[in-house]
Amino acid sequence: MYGNDFAGPDAGSDGGLLGQVEAAEAALRAAAHRGRVEGDPAALQDYFDAVIDADQKIEPRDWMPDAYRRGLVRQIAQHAHSEIIGMQPEGSWITRAPSLKRKAILLAKVQDEAGHGLYLYAAAETLGITRAELVDMLLDGRQKYSSIFNYPTLTWADIGAIGWLVDGAAIVNQVPLCRCSYGPYARAMIRICKEESFHQRQGYEILHTLSHGTPEQHAMAQDAVDRWWYPSLAMFGPPDTDSTHSAQSMAWKIKRFSNDDLRQRFVDMCVQQAGVLGLRIPDPDLRWNSERQAHDFTAPDFDELMRVIKGDGPCNAERMAHRRRAHSDGAWVREAAAAYAAKQEEVVAV
Amino acid sequence: MTTVDYVLRLGDDALVTAQRLGAWYAAGPEMEEDVALANIALDQLGAARLLLTYAGELEGAGRDEDALAYQRGPADFRNCRLVEQPEPDFGVVIAKLLLLSAFQLPCYEALAGAGDERLSAIAGKARKESAYHLDHATLWTLRLGDGTDESHQRMQASFDTLWPFVDGLFAGDDGGPVDPAELRKAWTSTVEDVLGRATLTVPAPVAEPTGERTHLVELLAEMQQLHRAHPGARW
Amino acid sequence: MTGEPLFEVFVRPRRGLSHTHVGSLHAPDAEMALRNARDVYTRREEGVSIWVVPATAITASSPDEKDSFFDPAADKVYRHPTFYDVPDGAKHL
Ligand SMILES: [Fe+2]
Ligand SMILES: [Fe+2]
Repeated sequence: MYGNDFAGPDAGSDGGLLGQVEAAEAALRAAAHRGRVEGDPAALQDYFDAVIDADQKIEPRDWMPDAYRRGLVRQIAQHAHSEIIGMQPEGSWITRAPSLKRKAILLAKVQDEAGHGLYLYAAAETLGITRAELVDMLLDGRQKYSSIFNYPTLTWADIGAIGWLVDGAAIVNQVPLCRCSYGPYARAMIRICKEESFHQRQGYEILHTLSHGTPEQHAMAQDAVDRWWYPSLAMFGPPDTDSTHSAQSMAWKIKRFSNDDLRQRFVDMCVQQAGVLGLRIPDPDLRWNSERQAHDFTAPDFDELMRVIKGDGPCNAERMAHRRRAHSDGAWVREAAAAYAAKQEEVVAV
Repeated sequence: MTTVDYVLRLGDDALVTAQRLGAWYAAGPEMEEDVALANIALDQLGAARLLLTYAGELEGAGRDEDALAYQRGPADFRNCRLVEQPEPDFGVVIAKLLLLSAFQLPCYEALAGAGDERLSAIAGKARKESAYHLDHATLWTLRLGDGTDESHQRMQASFDTLWPFVDGLFAGDDGGPVDPAELRKAWTSTVEDVLGRATLTVPAPVAEPTGERTHLVELLAEMQQLHRAHPGARW
Repeated sequence: MTGEPLFEVFVRPRRGLSHTHVGSLHAPDAEMALRNARDVYTRREEGVSIWVVPATAITASSPDEKDSFFDPAADKVYRHPTFYDVPDGAKHL
């Protein structure tokens, strides 16, 4: 999934997404300025708990419980892999973008996703694992990436739907991560979320233009929303009844909101936005429930989600093949660069 | 007086280069290099848009950047054949970028100081980008040329494959403030210097092959297909 | 696989401010690391100066450490969300 193990208090509240990211950044600074947490760093577990209680950040060389470290590595790595694999479905439209402006925007967006992957690998590496190890685990299937990227991009409108729905769902998932208790991850997420806002807007703009364009363009936009709606809902992970988020994760401030809560927020935001787009959300049972002050909606097919995660999605094989090919095709380049660097060092040493 | 063809020539070189680099998403030898190649593609595309817009204005027939990019056939593209050559591996990407940026840098530098105000504004911005492209291509040419035996052979083969197309960089003064032929001296000294430091051999002159420009035909077919399928649509 | 060396990246965000650690990256050598840092960490005019330091060259205090070519991005306004017209009435974008 795309970072849905962590959740904080502010996703979906008023004030806009950028506002929430900035609030998280301000909170990080404010907590830091409250000064050092009382206590003795030598009292490992106690001090770790005290730092988290004070809403300050755990930093790389601090003592931390093994389970905290392992959980973070898995989570951040999966998130990083998702950014990198996530370049593919959209990247394949760079050469076919229908205007030069759209081509430039898409290039910049796909480039950003590579940057996000790099920020996140860098954050993971502070926990004592190397990027090479993480990439190996992606390539041999030991670590996963978000199931959403195993769906195909059939038309140009899919680029709009991905920006609006996929980047949109990612943001709802990720904004809370800006407040996660591990410093390098929180800082990477703040940087990423600021950049993500442009991604969602460019997608929304594409869909809006198509929806208000020719009848063929409108149909293309509706078809894309029809296909991406449920996979986007599935990005929030299995329903709370099946998901095993422990009290421990809550205490560690690496999970505050449940999958279903975040999914609900996302749906409530999208309904209004779809109206402005002039596009239909493909759910006949979607309606406002005044008692709950939220929309009732049809849940995504979680069996399908599990099948796609296990490798049985429409594009799993293609995505992994692309990544493996890039990696193996580049081997001679990396070897050459290493050989050149070694030669230069010899020259210096002489 | 600057002619439309002169500006189209510059713009088409940049556009076709961006189109080729755009196909390298998520395919670089390192993820850091994916980011770098995208940056270079964005620079080339940015220059192409400014140049095509200016060409359209000079022409005065109401064609904007998209009309020129998407609604001209291969016969009307003015780019040199070097830029349309396929890029089967990273070595060719780098070799091509070196040969092109060693031309674009002095070209934009000269244009920045020449008589046409619009061109000099565009070139003033583009020359800084070209300097970066040349730097990037140089660093990689050194590492690949003087890296391993395999990389040395691949790099030499890349330059050998592209060499028949280098004359095209300097061909045809279509009527503009800077004659490309006059840039050959600067280009030669840059390229010979880098290849020499990279332990590579400067290939002997070869004539450009004649015949169908199938690579350009295919490149444009892919680039234009969606746009052309919806005449008059906005995107 | 072994992987390329790790470099820590420090960026001076604006004149008058100190270099700040922004993250890390991998590169075969320092010269390439500097170029990569420019591309990865300053895509939105975030810097006026960059340092790259081999991670192996850093000796850190422990355990409570204190945290410690530009201008091309200026015209890429589409990277900033304010470049996009949000149609009237659309919220939470
Ligand atoms: Fe991202
Ligand atoms: Fe994104």
